[in-house]
Amino acid sequence: MTTTTRRPRGLRSVPPARRDQPPAPDAARPAPLHAVPLPVALVALGALLLVMVVVAAAFGSVSVSVADSWRIVWGHLTGQTAALDPAMDQIIWNFRLPRVLLAALCGAGLAVAGVVLQALVNNPLADPFILGVSAGGSVGAVIVMALGAGALGGLGVSAAAFLGAMVAVTLVFLLGQQSGRLNPIRLVLAGVVVSYVFTSITSFLQLQAEPNNMRQIMFWLLGSVSGAHWEQLRVAGVVVVAATVLLTCYGRQLNALVTGDESATALGIDVRRLRLVLIVLTSLVAGVLIAVAGGIGFVGLMVPHLVRLSFGVDHRRLLPLAALVGAVYLVAVDLLSRTVDPPNELPLNVLTALFGAPFFVWLMRRDRSLSHS
Amino acid sequence: MRLQVQQVNVTIGGTPILRDVSLDAAPGEFVGLIGPNGSGKSTLLRTIYRSVRPATGVVRLGEDDVWSVPARTAARQTAAVLQNSPTPPGLTVREVAALGRTPHHGMFDRENAEDRAIVSSALERTGMLPYADRVYGSLSGGERQRVLLARALAQQPRLLVLDEPTNHLDIRARFELLELVHDIGVTTLAVLHDLDLAARSCDRLVVLDHGEVVAAGPVLAALSPEVLAGVFGVTAVTERHDDGIVRVTYGARPLARAG
Repeated sequence: MTTTTRRPRGLRSVPPARRDQPPAPDAARPAPLHAVPLPVALVALGALLLVMVVVAAAFGSVSVSVADSWRIVWGHLTGQTAALDPAMDQIIWNFRLPRVLLAALCGAGLAVAGVVLQALVNNPLADPFILGVSAGGSVGAVIVMALGAGALGGLGVSAAAFLGAMVAVTLVFLLGQQSGRLNPIRLVLAGVVVSYVFTSITSFLQLQAEPNNMRQIMFWLLGSVSGAHWEQLRVAGVVVVAATVLLTCYGRQLNALVTGDESATALGIDVRRLRLVLIVLTSLVAGVLIAVAGGIGFVGLMVPHLVRLSFGVDHRRLLPLAALVGAVYLVAVDLLSRTVDPPNELPLNVLTALFGAPFFVWLMRRDRSLSHS
Repeated sequence: MRLQVQQVNVTIGGTPILRDVSLDAAPGEFVGLIGPNGSGKSTLLRTIYRSVRPATGVVRLGEDDVWSVPARTAARQTAAVLQNSPTPPGLTVREVAALGRTPHHGMFDRENAEDRAIVSSALERTGMLPYADRVYGSLSGGERQRVLLARALAQQPRLLVLDEPTNHLDIRARFELLELVHDIGVTTLAVLHDLDLAARSCDRLVVLDHGEVVAAGPVLAALSPEVLAGVFGVTAVTERHDDGIVRVTYGARPLARAG
């Protein structure tokens, strides 16, 4: 193949026209906390979470001072429980702390799953339940609550919810494929359709339920961390922490994925495999959390946006920070749910949005980067 | 690095998109890929950056068949600037450019000083270093393309693949961008829509029509009046002017008679 002589240059090497380059306008600045180094942000939020947990554990029908609450938590952490008041120890360590920690785990897991699913389907409205996890989990749980434990071969509410969630996700996954590729729009549509079908089943079952089961069902559907115990925490804890760490390792690939499938492919990423891994991990997290705490809404939708607006959109920062912010947020919401109307407790969903939405609206309105596409 | 596309065939959903396409780009050469809409230009690029696997045929970069090495290895050799890539507007310019380091790292690697230096130098070369801390969404079209080019440079590629890089840019920004690509000096294969721009910027042109190469070679030879009329449907001539620049001049009644 012949090569022509080097073509004469029509343009001399001139610097690009920086016609009276203006200083960076407001709209060009990154998120307000973008410059905060990740370790600093993690330590600060970690400390805040610890404080929230101790404070939240102090509140309840029997009031314990925050100092005592801290002494008990610290005593257990350091293995020196001998000097503690047994009654208070029982209240804080065996009843309140599991509940507070479950709230933290739910907040963390749902926020992380929300971040990943928003990237996965490239849709800012995605939440952890977009692939039908919540609707599927509800069917499983409500079958057991309405028809009794025998209905699913002796499965408990949690196990049934997890099973239902996995059935729903698998269905969505199968429907969301198009000639062997996962198509984000198809996935979302499949999620919506499957959710509707499962929700109608849930509604039908609710109508069949005994009136005295209804309250339990309502409470479960609206999300609750009451009745948490340490054994539950172990499974949820391992799943949430492991998934968060693993997904953070996928942070760089997630960053590439949100620039589009073609672009990610050109950066050397196997997009198909990545989507599959992400779906499995997020479904596992959402499924486990549905099983232990019911369908807690809003956190998984809002916290990812909140963290993006505050700290920027790099997933390697976004994921661990979202986990901590989600945890802090849900511990606060749970605390409110038990203190606004004592001795009654409100389901979490009654408060998650009510409490978070105004703050979110404020943040959204002051951010400029949302205004340009 | 030398790019060789040899007898590539692509069929999507039963429809042949590319038929026996071959092309060759020597090291450092700037080859333009032109053709009407739907002629298979983007698909040909996709076979090169490993998005669409050819049914038959080989894409070779240097000695390697790009489809027989791992995806990440291939992405360390070939960088692409594509149309319609939905880059999140909230990323800073530096973060977008740093995406180019993706194929150079495994899952557990962290960015090091070398990466940061490479990213800074890529931004420097594209004139975007002063913009490093701005968010991508606040930039103009021309600036965005420069950032995407910086991202490609951060990949430290041996081959640049550009899909209509000058689309939606104002005229000055078009010239600036092509000038920049030329200065980079990496082997480049670019899909270009503007024939005049292609004629003056490229070392050689490859013309695709209905998935087949219908002309290839030096600009004047490839853009003959017959090709311009037969493939593009316009009456025009391509000439080298006294200043040494090849220009395409469209006729007074530019629509060539159909058929």
